[in-house]
Amino acid sequence: MNFEEYAAKPLLAKAGIAVPDSELAWEGETAWRIAERIGKCVVKAQVPTGKRGKAGGIKLASTPDEAKAHTESIIGMEIDGHLVEKVLIEAQVPFAKELYVAVLNDTASKNPMVLFSSMGGMNVEEVAEQDPDAMRKIPVDISRGLNFDAALSALKGCALDGLEKDVAEVLVRLYQAYRDYDAELLEINPLVLTQDNRVVALDCKLTVDDSAASRQAEIIGQAAPEKMTALEAKAHDAGLKYIDLGGSVGVLANGAGLTMTTMDAVTYYGGTPANFLEIGGEAYTKSRIALTILLENTDIRSLLVNFCGAFARTDVMTEGLVSAWRELAPSIPIFFTIHGTGEDEAVKIVRDQLGLEPFDLMDDAVKAAVNAAAEAA
Amino acid sequence: MIVRKEHRVLVQGITGKQGTFWTQAMQDYGTTVVAGVNPSKAGTTHLEVPVYACAVDAARDIGIDVSVMFIPPMAARAAAIDACEAGVKMIVCLTEHIPAHDVMEMHAAAAANGVRIVGPNTAGLVTPGECFVGIMPAFNAKVFKPGDIGVISRSGSLGTLVSLNLTQSGFGQSAFYGVGGDPMIGTTSRDALEILDADDRTKAIVLCGEIGGSAEESAAEYAATMSKPVVAFIAGKASPPDKKMGHAGAIVSGSSGAYGSKRAALEAAGVAVADVPSQIPVLLKEGLDRKAA
Repeated sequence: MNFEEYAAKPLLAKAGIAVPDSELAWEGETAWRIAERIGKCVVKAQVPTGKRGKAGGIKLASTPDEAKAHTESIIGMEIDGHLVEKVLIEAQVPFAKELYVAVLNDTASKNPMVLFSSMGGMNVEEVAEQDPDAMRKIPVDISRGLNFDAALSALKGCALDGLEKDVAEVLVRLYQAYRDYDAELLEINPLVLTQDNRVVALDCKLTVDDSAASRQAEIIGQAAPEKMTALEAKAHDAGLKYIDLGGSVGVLANGAGLTMTTMDAVTYYGGTPANFLEIGGEAYTKSRIALTILLENTDIRSLLVNFCGAFARTDVMTEGLVSAWRELAPSIPIFFTIHGTGEDEAVKIVRDQLGLEPFDLMDDAVKAAVNAAAEAA
Repeated sequence: MIVRKEHRVLVQGITGKQGTFWTQAMQDYGTTVVAGVNPSKAGTTHLEVPVYACAVDAARDIGIDVSVMFIPPMAARAAAIDACEAGVKMIVCLTEHIPAHDVMEMHAAAAANGVRIVGPNTAGLVTPGECFVGIMPAFNAKVFKPGDIGVISRSGSLGTLVSLNLTQSGFGQSAFYGVGGDPMIGTTSRDALEILDADDRTKAIVLCGEIGGSAEESAAEYAATMSKPVVAFIAGKASPPDKKMGHAGAIVSGSSGAYGSKRAALEAAGVAVADVPSQIPVLLKEGLDRKAA
């Protein structure tokens, strides 16, 4: 789950990290009123992507009229595929230095990692690429956490205008917020040192672990909605993962690994997969809803069912699928290959109820489905 | 380690629906299940083994080598730490969708106690003809047959398909090692490769990878040092980048974790890479023949 700046900053403030005064605006008139209250401000597009500045989605305004004009030009823009619907009107903060700080899950060390650079700002990615030393990587042992002394010593040698202790305190608070909100990534870029010697977060990016949603109920309502097609959203609501792939051979399998493998085999034998849709793990009882979602895709010309049951029982998946198939009576052909837990019962269901013979070899089922799709095209 | 009949297995979450179904299947197959855990049923007996309030209590009465977790995601951290404190040698963590911070804490507890974690999000381990721990169809004779091929897989369903292909082609398996589909797993594909390389019963190894992460690149480094033939299949060539494919591990961002770089790394290490799983037995035969010649 991604949190846009306006939703993430209040969480930073709650963690004790200073942020500028700001308010959200959906149109120019509101922006004008906020700017009148705040004074000199920045108008910032609110979209879940990091490329706003370079795309022209962030503009300075000295007067309420300017804030209104910028708001009206930014709303409606498309940035990195996201339509801008709202802007954050935020007080300008004159700064002396821009820093970059972040905490993320480091899969290599299986521990959190703090990142710090004294060269923050719009070009931090390029800076880090050209000069890897410019980005400090501070490994954290999750069982110990990050304390002030460790944070301070990690900043040793950075010119921070005498604000080393304040920046170290921000790192400690940022780490705590990362832990409290089950973040995969919590990033401030830039974290600025102001001309009056304060440390202020001018932006914030937060990604929260989907698997932790149930214990982050207080904040998930603030997350940016995921960009999905209508069918992807329908599957999501049913607890299934569906991805539209634009091809003609529908794919239904259990488990992500087997589903990707089935798509690979369709491609290898000259076909094009219509979708990714898997009903493995706890979802193995959902083949009925899965079928209705597949059939709503009008590009589909044949359906390939590949069940290889470990945890997922193939008889349960097949029973749900076959009864839905008979009820919906689709006009496309269907091809089965079924192995693993419950396969004897599953094969019998397909034979008895559909009068079809499942293929013993996956490759034969794939070829048949690819050929049928080609003939129907 | 490879699971053996003499390993004493504890089942955390033994009384639940899945715990019961799979414990029975493990017992029928030959796995030595010695105890179970369910805090609200401590002191009772389930499937003819004693039930304890926690793994630490069980370990006080009975020696335990392996703990297998049939535990929901939000309770997995506590259960894994309990098993670590009980002094088990290995935890097989089947649970999918454990919050990442909890997974990191589990790995920290395992490291502090010298415990190996397999998973999370693994389908388990099978030693055909002997025993299994987890949720694999070990008992299906079309899929698993005792033999001398080691199989490593991030995905349980793909591992099942590949084991089936081997059996259909006349091969059998010395061990199936499900390493798990999560991005932060305790035993990596490379670790499993080392374990099977050291196993006398294993003559050749099949590595089933997936796009995302760098597990296959790292395994390739080790494969380059091996004399046993290794054949690989990597799922996800036809998957679009920047999309999460259900497994938390299977996401490609930019060029890292992409199919091409994995395949190149494996081939450079002398690993034959199959385009579809049905080619695996053919490539294995070639590798074994070359070695015999």
